[in-house]
Amino acid sequence: MIPPAGTTLHLRSLARALLPAFSLLVVLAGIAWLNPRSISYFGFSLMLNLAIPIVLATLAQMFVILGNDLDLSIGPFIGFATCVSATWLYDAPMAGAAILVCAVGAYAAMGALIHLRNLPSVVVTLGMGFVWQGLAILVLPQPGGQSPEWLASAMGVQPPFIPFPVLAAAVIALVVWFLLERTSYGVILRGSGGNPIAVRRAGWSLLKIKMTLFALAGLFGVLSGLSLVGLTTSADANIGNGYTLLGIAGVILGGGEFVGGRVSPIGAVVGALTLALAASPLLTFMNIPPDWQVGTNGAILIIVLTARVLVSRRQEAV
Amino acid sequence: MKYLSTAPWRWSFISAAVVWLIAIAVTHGNGAGAMLTSALAMATFIVIVGIGQMFVIALGPGNIDLSLPANIGLASAVAMTVMNGDNALVGLGLLAALGCGLMVGLANYLLIWALRIPPIIATLSASFIIQSIDISYGRGLQIKPPPAFADFANLQFLGVPVLAVLAVLLAAFAALVLQHTIYGRWVLAVGQNARAARFAGVKVGWTRAATYMLCGALGGIDGALLAGYFRGANVDIGNEYLLSSIAVVVIGGCSVAGGKANLPGIWGASLFLVLLLTMLNTFGVGAGVRLLLTGIIIVAAISVASDDRAREGA
Repeated sequence: MIPPAGTTLHLRSLARALLPAFSLLVVLAGIAWLNPRSISYFGFSLMLNLAIPIVLATLAQMFVILGNDLDLSIGPFIGFATCVSATWLYDAPMAGAAILVCAVGAYAAMGALIHLRNLPSVVVTLGMGFVWQGLAILVLPQPGGQSPEWLASAMGVQPPFIPFPVLAAAVIALVVWFLLERTSYGVILRGSGGNPIAVRRAGWSLLKIKMTLFALAGLFGVLSGLSLVGLTTSADANIGNGYTLLGIAGVILGGGEFVGGRVSPIGAVVGALTLALAASPLLTFMNIPPDWQVGTNGAILIIVLTARVLVSRRQEAV
Repeated sequence: MKYLSTAPWRWSFISAAVVWLIAIAVTHGNGAGAMLTSALAMATFIVIVGIGQMFVIALGPGNIDLSLPANIGLASAVAMTVMNGDNALVGLGLLAALGCGLMVGLANYLLIWALRIPPIIATLSASFIIQSIDISYGRGLQIKPPPAFADFANLQFLGVPVLAVLAVLLAAFAALVLQHTIYGRWVLAVGQNARAARFAGVKVGWTRAATYMLCGALGGIDGALLAGYFRGANVDIGNEYLLSSIAVVVIGGCSVAGGKANLPGIWGASLFLVLLLTMLNTFGVGAGVRLLLTGIIIVAAISVASDDRAREGA
């Protein structure tokens, strides 16, 4: 199974790295074929309207997956963040900001609990999902609230030539890529997923690393909630629920793996955009009822994973 | 007695008793029996899927079935459609739900096997698709269960739900299968060390396939029974059973690292979860506080119950 020469490994990793971009191109080609007019500045602005919160939710999930964990609470957490943003942050900005900072702290504490008690992250985060949902309902029992003005105007920016969602996704992807791939602590974070024992023997605290990863997930969850409120100008305790699974799907589509700290920030953003485009615009243009929206995500996931297996097999055979 | 004092599941029953006593204290003893009756009925549905999830988790690290809610939802719709409100078609409807669940389990395993992906992702992708099928198929489905089936699902004998008795028998049977059949020993062997099990001649692939199908089948039956109990199918009917099926396995004292399982714990933990909700309801708290406290108590219970040697499940 070991590739005989460096070139094989190179080809194989190249093919794998290009798979997320290829999936996105296929979906874009489908959209262009069905509705050529949508491939325009305003077309993309509309189609990718809700892409930024999805991208941020996917990156939040990516930080957790990086540490070989899984976060099933990020959706309700994003819902909680929207509720706080549309109430406290509007009425009392300082208090609202303090709550959101505490929420990120709670995420770090959850990481610490998982690490110290050696608990399965799936179970802990599933339980914490209930906590965030409950808090969200307490903050905002009925959908509503109001977006802080600066938030709505920030999300309504119309930059020249490049649609805002595309530009924002690119900037976010580059920032996270730089943090993870080009800073020394980023390398340590990735190493903790690949070989935690080696990282610990090298003198790094796995507890601190786990807390950092979960804090980053919390931070991106809050950002996702903020962008969602800026776009929809109101909040709802249930608004984020779909983002848990969407985020996991985005990370995997983007070439991430569940174990070994193998994730790619740029791939994850591309994966999130693919899902955002495939889930609603493509289906609408194909006249498929929205009932199949979730199913399409599942089907895309399976197709891409099949392609990944085929790519790997072919390269192994060489 | 020595067994009782060291059994890993004793805490789940003690906790269940404690929350029940607190609930009774709040109501000054009113409705203590009725509380227990309804708790038994609701716990039954958790026990059925909890047993399935337990077998899957016992297969070892990373094995988990996230498709249970979608599976339950779809099976409930299929069962109601096949029964079509006709008493004579109850058996056929149950068979259809069972078959539907078996297919879901088979699909899960085929994805894991063919795509070589972690079960979490396989069952997740499958559940996306099942959910869509269910939404599309079950939309506006207003078929009531046949009267005889609904009555059976709600039947009580001296305050004990008949379904609960059947679920106790099911748990006893599952314990027998786990400890005294080749299949059960294989599940535990694979969970403890799949590589060693393979060298020892265990058919690892078949064991996994059978286990995912078992879990799927139990999910399917649960869906049909839920539709009977609540007198109607609905897309969201299985939603709460993802957390509860996993939580009862962990709280009940099974190792999340796999290779270790026990059936009494599933019952104790299910009763604990249901009575916990009952207790919170007797406090008269709103939905927000109830969700908040449920989450906190589950996380706390898991932190305490999980043994230190437990390895990462995801």
